[in-house]
Amino acid sequence: MSERFTSASDLRRSYDLVIVGAGPAGLAAAATASGFGLSVLLADENGAPGGQIYRGITRSSEADRRRLGPDYAAGKKLSAAFAESAAAYTLGALVWSVAPTDEETPDADYPLEVGISLGGVARAIGAQRVLLATGAIERPFPIPGWTLPGVMSAGAAQILLKTSALAPSGRTVIAGSGPLLYLLASQLIAAGAPPVALVDTTPRKNWRVALPDFPAFAMSSYAAKGLKLLFDVAKRIRVIRNVSALEAVGGDKFETLIVTRTNGTMERIDADLLLLHQGVAPNLNLSSAAGCALEWDEKQALFRPKRDEWLESSEAGISIAGDGGGIVGAQASVIEGEIAGLVAAFRLSRISKEMFAQRGAELKKRLASVLRGRAFLDRLFRPADEFRVPQRDDAIVCRCEEVSAGRVRATAALGVQGPNQMKAFLRCGMGPCQGRLCGLTVSEMIAQARGVSPADVGYYRLRPPVKPVPLREFAAMPQSDAAITAVAGFVERSVEKGSAAGSLEPDNRIVER
Amino acid sequence: MTYDVIVVGGGLVGVSVGWGLARRKLSVAILDEGDVALRAARANFGLVWVQSKGLGSTAYSRWSRRSAASWAELNAALKDETGIDSGHSQPGGFSIRLTDLEMQRGEASMAKLAAQPGMNAPGVPPLTYELLDHAETKRRLPHIGPTVAGAIFSPLDGHANPLRLLAAFHAALKQRGATYLPHRKAMSIVHRNGGFEVSGEGWTLGAGKLVIAAGLGGAKLAPMVGLSTPLVPSRGQIIVTERLQPFLHHPTGSLRQTDEGTVLIGESKEATLDSERPRPPVTAVLAERAVRSFPLLGNANAMRVWTGFRVVTPDGFPAYDQSSTCPGAFSLACHSGVTLAANHALTLPEQIAAGALSDELSSFSARRFDVPAAA
Amino acid sequence: MYRRLPDRARALVRFTFDGEALTAQEGDTVAAALLAAGQLATRHTPVSRAPRAPYCMMGVCFECLVVIDGAPNRQGCLTPVVEGMRVETQQGAAVFEDAE
Repeated sequence: MSERFTSASDLRRSYDLVIVGAGPAGLAAAATASGFGLSVLLADENGAPGGQIYRGITRSSEADRRRLGPDYAAGKKLSAAFAESAAAYTLGALVWSVAPTDEETPDADYPLEVGISLGGVARAIGAQRVLLATGAIERPFPIPGWTLPGVMSAGAAQILLKTSALAPSGRTVIAGSGPLLYLLASQLIAAGAPPVALVDTTPRKNWRVALPDFPAFAMSSYAAKGLKLLFDVAKRIRVIRNVSALEAVGGDKFETLIVTRTNGTMERIDADLLLLHQGVAPNLNLSSAAGCALEWDEKQALFRPKRDEWLESSEAGISIAGDGGGIVGAQASVIEGEIAGLVAAFRLSRISKEMFAQRGAELKKRLASVLRGRAFLDRLFRPADEFRVPQRDDAIVCRCEEVSAGRVRATAALGVQGPNQMKAFLRCGMGPCQGRLCGLTVSEMIAQARGVSPADVGYYRLRPPVKPVPLREFAAMPQSDAAITAVAGFVERSVEKGSAAGSLEPDNRIVER
Repeated sequence: MTYDVIVVGGGLVGVSVGWGLARRKLSVAILDEGDVALRAARANFGLVWVQSKGLGSTAYSRWSRRSAASWAELNAALKDETGIDSGHSQPGGFSIRLTDLEMQRGEASMAKLAAQPGMNAPGVPPLTYELLDHAETKRRLPHIGPTVAGAIFSPLDGHANPLRLLAAFHAALKQRGATYLPHRKAMSIVHRNGGFEVSGEGWTLGAGKLVIAAGLGGAKLAPMVGLSTPLVPSRGQIIVTERLQPFLHHPTGSLRQTDEGTVLIGESKEATLDSERPRPPVTAVLAERAVRSFPLLGNANAMRVWTGFRVVTPDGFPAYDQSSTCPGAFSLACHSGVTLAANHALTLPEQIAAGALSDELSSFSARRFDVPAAA
Repeated sequence: MYRRLPDRARALVRFTFDGEALTAQEGDTVAAALLAAGQLATRHTPVSRAPRAPYCMMGVCFECLVVIDGAPNRQGCLTPVVEGMRVETQQGAAVFEDAE
């Protein structure tokens, strides 16, 4: 049975494998790796395993699973397999850093250190290897008014349904592009809360671009399901297509969605809740802060960590599985998790080369089969240019620091070459979300201004902690004489009270330069 | 020759001097690297700091005081041109001493500094400071921790927003028609026909004058024009917190609250250029000392930790030179690009334009590091 | 804004929001409980004081920051509601008091 920890103080000094993220990839990797005899710690920031796709699965009811569909229910088996495993598990844990072990860590017989904050205690945990399974986040969708209360992401509404059985009570509009949009619409219909409209911003030309990949998609497990979903939703609620611009308006809260169509006509849709979705992108703050090299994926218009064929990143000992390494979906994420668990076991000499080769080949075959048809989805749901790069200057790009598209464009005109200079000049990406909701937009806006590919512009350089950590937790972490000297100039220690030397003088200290 | 002056380096020293030259109607090109490079200007702490500077160099103390005194003028000029406020204020700064021993050491070094001959000079505010015990420190900084021994206060100290300062210089340079050329990492410099040819991968640019303000890169470039700019490795690490309601209206030498509300905590010094990764033991010491200084910070969230590399000469003082073999070529290397920004923008450019550094700056020549051949 | 589906019945948990007594279901996060109770805005930004409400519900956007039992800037969507919890709107930048 997997053992749960609620304070970082109770964790072991080190593990063979530390996995970050308890979604499909992380759960599968933990079960696989501990099955091979590795000591495994699975750290997750949520209150229960499952990630976002299987959010709340361990406590879900029959009714929940019926409403949310079989793809959600599949998480039950996965989480059960993990619960049976010997892996250690932390919920509500923040992994704020992954880095090579500091030169001053005493007796470190492990190459990597994982900074973890749990139960009010921050600690560095040693690891032979680390697997980042941090999943996906919804892409930024910077339309004017998207910061208004009453505008949420589609994923947010789905999470509310999964974890708290909450369904929208008023008039709801869903807008954007991507498979989740239609899945959510069908789930809301099943929950008795059908949206008044689904505004589909998928560019018409994407169908043409994706067509060559359709035959492969048609053979995949998604095809029948996906197409049925599309038609079922279109039958039940109003779907608006051929959209060129969106604007959310309201006073203190969202009131109206203004839809402009490609033919120039405009329509105002009054509603209480606007749910936005423009596909998902890898959550790469931790992998990037760990130093893993990123690459631009033109097909999906996003950055992802570079990985080799065995899912290993550019940083020694750090692997990345699941959507955090590139969007592949839940089924493929599970297989990637198994591959990563297998690779960890092999690299740490727990399995033979033959076994690795044989199991690895099997898993790769399964992965290829599950990924069949992915190219079609990637091309079809590549978000429209005008919904990735805001056309209007008044659209907020960085929500945290309230930096508008106009300011980003004007500053780009100074000759700003990349997002890091932009961040220095405008504070975009410096707020608490650390660029998660503006990174792609800012890089693409600079690329547009420079007339180059985002690949040439790059992404925000991210730093630990990847999410805020109370200073008092850092203050309680181990110090070293060299570090004290680096800051204070010299080491000063009060001689312990009661010791022989301590009784000599009140100002008795050992001072080292 | 395409430009009157080429400035190699788009950091704070380069843009300060470049702006000053552009104000003198010279055509200026600023050469810079790309988005990711070693940039002290982007890792800056933002102090306009005077009190502890110049131990061993009276000229540096005076130079720092003079810049601090001109900072308001610089800020006003930049704001007037660009609308960007660099957030300068000069409320006086505290050097917080956590223990009695730190206080004693601070007192001793201030006394030594103040006693240096020639500290007072016309046109430069005199070095003034106060030694404060715990009670007096607490009276002035009410949130100070109970174990803080005391502080050294100088009314000359201030701070600014280094990132907005950098942005303001860039915006002002553009308005004045200066040419900003990113992705131009200078690899070679040739002195020819009384001018300079600077080239890199696939490009060459010419100018009558040359200013090397390339930070750590300057050490390699200066010898190409007969100069030597020795630099020593110095890594610093900074923690920044989330935005807090204003609680600290004065800069301190080790932490300050920015006008945006975030608190910058620094600074460490490690003699290495090795890794850009923050080191956990240093983070721990910085955090622990910050919380001892201001216990309320214990509950504040750290948002980011980063490291930067200082541009420091072996004695810590600036190195300003004009080449004797290639007249018209200047090399500027210094720490404290924020403190000295006013001098670099308002004083140096006139001298560079005129083709001669003043006597006041002669003690900053890097020739001071020329060691006679071993005896 | 949101309503609880009738097939979900879990133990009730009492908490307050800006002094008002509210109930949540056991297992709710603070952000979910506030939405269920009809509360939308959870914070005002430190920059323009604009009202903001939960956006992503998965710990990414930091829009649902609230003050929980006196501790500012807590992510409402990652914090489970517990009995007697005191939740307040986050007004701009964080405020900290000196300990007594």
